Amino acid sequence: MDGFLHQLIAGIATGGIYASVALALVMIYQATHHVNFAQGEMATLSTFIALSFIQAGFPYWVAFFATLVVSFVMGALVERILMRPVQNAPVLTHVGVFIGMLLIIGNMTGWIFGYTTKAFPTPFQSDGLLFGGLISAHELGSTAVTLAVLILVYLFFAHTSLGLAMRAAAYNPRSARLVGIRVGWMLALGWGLAAAIGSVAGMMVAPAVFLDPNMMLGILLYAFAGALLGGIDNPTGAVIGGFAVGVLENLAGAYVVGTELKLTVALVIIIGVLVVRPSGLFGRVVFSRV
Amino acid sequence: MSRPVTMPNWLRGVLFIAGCTLAVAPIWLLESFHLFQLTMAVIMALAVLGLNIVTGYNGQISLGHGAFFAVGAYASAIPMSLLDWSFWATLPVSAVVCGAVGWGVGFPALRLGGLYLALTTFSLAVAVPQILKHKWVEAWTGGVQGLFLLKPEAPDWLKLNPDQYMYVVALIVAGVCYLLVWNLLRGRLGRALMAVRDNPTAAEAMGMDLATLKTRAFAVSAVITGMAGSLSAAVVEFVAPDSFTFMVSITLFVGMVVGGVASILGSVFGGFFVLFVPNIAEAISRSAPGIIYGMILIAFLFVLPDGVAGLIRRLGALLRRTKGRNTI
Repeated sequence: MDGFLHQLIAGIATGGIYASVALALVMIYQATHHVNFAQGEMATLSTFIALSFIQAGFPYWVAFFATLVVSFVMGALVERILMRPVQNAPVLTHVGVFIGMLLIIGNMTGWIFGYTTKAFPTPFQSDGLLFGGLISAHELGSTAVTLAVLILVYLFFAHTSLGLAMRAAAYNPRSARLVGIRVGWMLALGWGLAAAIGSVAGMMVAPAVFLDPNMMLGILLYAFAGALLGGIDNPTGAVIGGFAVGVLENLAGAYVVGTELKLTVALVIIIGVLVVRPSGLFGRVVFSRV
Repeated sequence: MSRPVTMPNWLRGVLFIAGCTLAVAPIWLLESFHLFQLTMAVIMALAVLGLNIVTGYNGQISLGHGAFFAVGAYASAIPMSLLDWSFWATLPVSAVVCGAVGWGVGFPALRLGGLYLALTTFSLAVAVPQILKHKWVEAWTGGVQGLFLLKPEAPDWLKLNPDQYMYVVALIVAGVCYLLVWNLLRGRLGRALMAVRDNPTAAEAMGMDLATLKTRAFAVSAVITGMAGSLSAAVVEFVAPDSFTFMVSITLFVGMVVGGVASILGSVFGGFFVLFVPNIAEAISRSAPGIIYGMILIAFLFVLPDGVAGLIRRLGALLRRTKGRNTI
């Protein structure tokens, strides 16, 4: 029973990581109806940048916030430079650009920082496990950070005028433009925020799985599965979906399929959701008139 | 300029013979390593053609065609390695298996549009090596170690060594597949596939069965890419799960975009591109092929969205226009 509880809690901890990446995916989806394939690679690059800051001697939290700023700028620049010119192009072009970004960012990371697996420090140190061996300090801390990010994002969108403007730009770009919202910049802002959230996820997961250029590939797929499970147009749903996928993955890995087939679990969840309930658990059902 | 562009028959004949000579000459001109590379280029061209059917002509974006390539490779490798079948005997098996798998993937794909399908097929591509390594199938796939097999021997009267013979085999299989696909796509079915891509509502109103067409497009495309996989297994004489990572799928996608989306000729360029460009780039650095791939991919999407084939088409049109102006 203790083993089961531990798996459950570990699942919630990894689920938090998936939830934040899922949130980043949903934010970009809401703003632009794109699913950013390179989200994982961007987060990995951010994590390497954070490691460089730390190795340069900055304290952890200074490096953390500096990385957030760098990631935000990087995300906004990607939108301005790469996505803007192909805004009205067919989906195939968008997929192509995402794949191109995935290749460039992923390999650049490997080229600059090397392919060897690196340890990444955690700010949440403790000797042994807490609460009777159920959870490590890092798991607890990273879950707390994830939840804090999620609450901040919620407050930003629900209670600030900038958040309102971003939602308006995504919901109805034409009307938003008529009331004076710079829709283009809102998109860039959305990309920047998503990149920053992704970088938090990267920095929180790196101490657990170790840092290497391909760290986020599986995480991206789980996050996508989580986003779909919760409903790709619903941020709260995506967060719940992310947590659910984390728990499901851990339990399935421990009791059903073994660790070698973990990625296949993501595939099964994705196909299962899309076949049984394409709008997800909390998503809006969209009707299209044919 | 409304008069249809036709080539005189003698020119067609000359082009055909020149093409055949160009295709066959390397057998004697190239040494074995370069011949091997050329064989792989032919195989990649065939795999890109398969992807082009479903993504280029039918508009269903697949980032998971490496999975079909892997299925084809294993469908040939398993009977050849464990049951001592001849290579030719495995081809129909591979076609049937790939067609069934393609149809099976095409079925949930009906519910997915654009990006969703791309990500779902992408996750299929990522999951393939794991599935191949799993202990339930290890007895057949050989697990992480993979399977070894032998190239088919040339019949005595041909007087070719196995490398040369394999090139001929690849050329024949690819040639037959290209001919079949060309016939398929210029006919009624090809037009239907394109109609479904361009305007599904109108296509359905004209009485086309979207579900049947889309799943069949997936099946045919999987068979073609699977044939390429079978050939590659025989040429390399080895299959292992780690040869079929998601990079194979991405490579095919890059080849399709660079060669030309929805273009048969473009698939040939795509196949040659994905084989030879990384070799050149690898000289710079281990990461260079990926970066150069990515940059070329984005550059093509921004500047030449219809690929090399589109460039040639446009140059041809330009040439004809200037020639027409001169004669008038």
